[in-house]
Amino acid sequence: MLILKGLKNKLKRCLIFQVMNVLSPKVHRKNPLRALVFDSTFDQYRGVIANVALFDGVVSKGDKIVSAHTQKTYEVNEVGVLNPNEQPTHKLYAGQVGYLIAGMKDVTEAQIGDTLYLHKQPVEPLPGFKSAKPMVFAGMYPIDQSEYNNLKSAIEKLTLNDSSVTVHRDSSLALGAGWRLGFLGLLHMEVFNQRLEQEYNASVILTTPTVPYKAVLSSAKLIKEYREKEITIINPAQFPDKSKVTEYLEPIVLGTIITPDEYTGKIMMLCQARRAVQKNMMYIDQNRIMLKYLFPLNEIVVDFYDSLKSLSSGYASFDYEDAGYQTAELVKMDILLNGNIVEELVTVVHKDKAYSAGKAICERLKDSLPRQLFEIAIQAALGSKIIARETVKAYRKNVLAKCYGGDITRKMKLLKRQAEGKKKLRKVGNVEVPKDAFIKVLKTQSDK
Amino acid sequence: MKLKLKKFSDLPKLRSSPHPCRRQRKDGRAAAVSAPVPSRWRCGPEPSRWRCGPEPSRRRSDTGRGHAAPLLPPGRPTRPTGRFALGLSRSRVLARAPGRPATAGGTALPGVRARGWVKAAKMAQRRRLAEDAGGRRGPTPGSQRAALYVHVSGEWPYCEKRCSYCNFNKYIPRGVDEAAMRRCLVTEAQTLLQLSAVQRVESVFFGGGTPSLASPHTVAAVLEAVAQATHLPADSEVTLEANPTSAPSSRLAAFRAAGVNRLSIGLQSLDDTELQLLGRTHSASDALQMLAEARRRFPGRVSVDLMLGLPAQHVGPWLGQLRKLLRHCDDHVSLYQLSLERGTALFTQVQQGSLPAPDPELAAEMYQEGRAVLREAGFRQYEVSNFARNGALSTHNWTYWQCGQYLGVGPGAHGRFIPQGAGSHTREARIQTLEPDNWMKEVMLFGHGTRRRVPLGELALLEEVLAMGLRTDVGITHQHWQQFEPQLTLWDLFVANKEVQELLEQGRLLLDRRGLRCSWEGLAVLDSMLPTLLSRLQEAWQQRTPSPVPGG
Repeated sequence: MLILKGLKNKLKRCLIFQVMNVLSPKVHRKNPLRALVFDSTFDQYRGVIANVALFDGVVSKGDKIVSAHTQKTYEVNEVGVLNPNEQPTHKLYAGQVGYLIAGMKDVTEAQIGDTLYLHKQPVEPLPGFKSAKPMVFAGMYPIDQSEYNNLKSAIEKLTLNDSSVTVHRDSSLALGAGWRLGFLGLLHMEVFNQRLEQEYNASVILTTPTVPYKAVLSSAKLIKEYREKEITIINPAQFPDKSKVTEYLEPIVLGTIITPDEYTGKIMMLCQARRAVQKNMMYIDQNRIMLKYLFPLNEIVVDFYDSLKSLSSGYASFDYEDAGYQTAELVKMDILLNGNIVEELVTVVHKDKAYSAGKAICERLKDSLPRQLFEIAIQAALGSKIIARETVKAYRKNVLAKCYGGDITRKMKLLKRQAEGKKKLRKVGNVEVPKDAFIKVLKTQSDK
Repeated sequence: MKLKLKKFSDLPKLRSSPHPCRRQRKDGRAAAVSAPVPSRWRCGPEPSRWRCGPEPSRRRSDTGRGHAAPLLPPGRPTRPTGRFALGLSRSRVLARAPGRPATAGGTALPGVRARGWVKAAKMAQRRRLAEDAGGRRGPTPGSQRAALYVHVSGEWPYCEKRCSYCNFNKYIPRGVDEAAMRRCLVTEAQTLLQLSAVQRVESVFFGGGTPSLASPHTVAAVLEAVAQATHLPADSEVTLEANPTSAPSSRLAAFRAAGVNRLSIGLQSLDDTELQLLGRTHSASDALQMLAEARRRFPGRVSVDLMLGLPAQHVGPWLGQLRKLLRHCDDHVSLYQLSLERGTALFTQVQQGSLPAPDPELAAEMYQEGRAVLREAGFRQYEVSNFARNGALSTHNWTYWQCGQYLGVGPGAHGRFIPQGAGSHTREARIQTLEPDNWMKEVMLFGHGTRRRVPLGELALLEEVLAMGLRTDVGITHQHWQQFEPQLTLWDLFVANKEVQELLEQGRLLLDRRGLRCSWEGLAVLDSMLPTLLSRLQEAWQQRTPSPVPGG
């Protein structure tokens, strides 16, 4: 799997190089060196290998180059092209795309988007890369807070390589300190997660992906407070109250579905259910149809793709692109346990979906909350209005029947474990909630 | 009726320990008095432990007065129970020497067996004589008394057939050498008695798979060995677990002769379908027959087990069973809720769906109703699952819940004692080797087959005292707690804690000048309360001893 990935990476790089070679801008060989770093990898024996595209000048082995970002000087050990394997050459000329090894020890030294120039010939740094706009946000938390540092370094290393992932520090009351990462899409998120697990051995809790909502503030005072008229809400806990905003905006995407025509009806129903607006529908050949819909991003982010595939027996395909924002009726949904709000479980949903989302969360909580000596009422509420409810019954009998000689040891072990576990329980009012109840509710349900 | 009292000092002590079960362990003298089955001397109905129960709760002083006179309870047949009665009816004991009648019942059996039983009976008789002659009379402190558990199990932890719900340490017979087993049991008993330096064995319990499959000779041999190694009072409770099929009348007589004076019958159910479901080898009528027979042989000392919460069982029919049982049973009933253990046939059946999973709500209701029915019938619920009337408590099991010392002999047996004989002062938790063959080898090599020894620190012991004590109706009295932890009282520990206060307010827990105990409702949900209490105890312990004590 990793070999394949390596090969894929090489192919990708090779292709990029070919493309860049073909579409290279006007270059001047005679000008001082200007090279753009667009990728970097770390090789254990040779150091950091920076993939560069030369815009001006020539670079060869033995040259002294300086990085515009860090202002550090390096000596070039090797230059070459990728075919796709590394093929060392003597020189690299302007207009070529290749690799460069200059004795850098850390991947941070070869920043993507950085400009390299010759020592004593400083140049205007090249414009870097336009930062990618994240489409999907997910919270990433270590399973145990003791692994926080490991996860931190793992994420740092991965994001160096993959600069399209945006990282924000986040903390949740239930899961501790973590990050809210922005990805370009669901697949990107899954690949990132997989890479974390495989390459860095980091197991994480991935919360349900959310989308960045926007809110247009109403009063001038608030605008001054937040420093802009439109604020982006990433964390549901920061959702401003209805009184403070004129309207809420949710991101929408233009989705394209290509499917054999026998599944059209079902797919159209699915899209309708997801609050989509049809934009276009046409036959691309005799049996296949192409549908274009405007979806609110939060509807497709969770399991739309899976439902689409299962409806069409795998034949349908789906792609989407960003299409701006639209006004939406968003509400903040609270979860209450015996009347006390559970801060960790607050979510932002569209008004139409509030009931089903609330009911789903209540059910998941009911299954994961342990029984206690009193009844537990789990409620989903919008403001003060309760929209869903589940009950966990109280224990009428909870005592070990037989407790003689041999049973005593076992019982004491069990009791000691329970007493330990009690210390880690979070208490909401007088209801004890174990940590994995939160995890079960918050994380992505993969087995729907 | 001449009442020959052996010790004057015994008499006043009765008055000061009104509740016989609350034995003053540290004060050895009292212990001698509240000897083997103290509650035998209770006259009248059991005082209700539960404040809100239908019976008037007796005041402490009342019960004290009532028990001052060492009279045998009115209406009960005179039989050798307790040290007092010993003086009175010694002649009776000898006259009724079980040794003689045993042979009468044994003539129908093969000669070898009959001879074996005669021998066993003679051994038992010898023991009684020895005990009368030179038995120790002095008070014995807690560290020198113990209960003995013998994991006999027929041909060893062998049963005829494995019941569908059982996950105990047992194997199906393979023609083992009973004589070898007997020798090993005797050896291990002797070794452990020596190791623990116990001076008095207060009760013996033969448990296992199906002890009634074993030969009475084995039972007698073990008892003889114990009596020789240490002091085994003639009136100590010797219980044998029995199965209705494997214990016909003649065998019961033989066991009686061998020294057994209490029988625990694993009835489980009075419904033939359910019995089949459980994989039992007898029918309800067999069971009732055996029960009647057992009551003849061991009057007033027969216990029956009944299960509740079986798959597809309903409250009404089960209560019917219970009521029927009440018409036939003796003075002790145990109610056990079925727990599906992984690896048992019943568990697999339920998982596969061929049997419905037992409904915990129904089980809870059965338990509550069952308790109430038994209480109305005059039984005292002295522990979560055990009910007794006329004072017929199980002394042996009481030792477990009061965290006394107990020695486990036999494959897979558990023990808790201080190996004083080896010079140690720390209480240890011991487990004997599980597999019978390996166990026998170890016993023959080393004298005992202890697989694991874990020293119990002070905190561990206190946790046990708390968790076990609360299972009983009397709970943990202040005096009892003081023996284990003289500095931290129950008040110190629990009164200031918020969570415990909540439990006290809800009426599930009671903390007063008697001690800490569960209320009637609280007992049913004890396991929900224990983690709170335990973590409070641990917290207090940490604060008391800032440096962590290894093993604590």
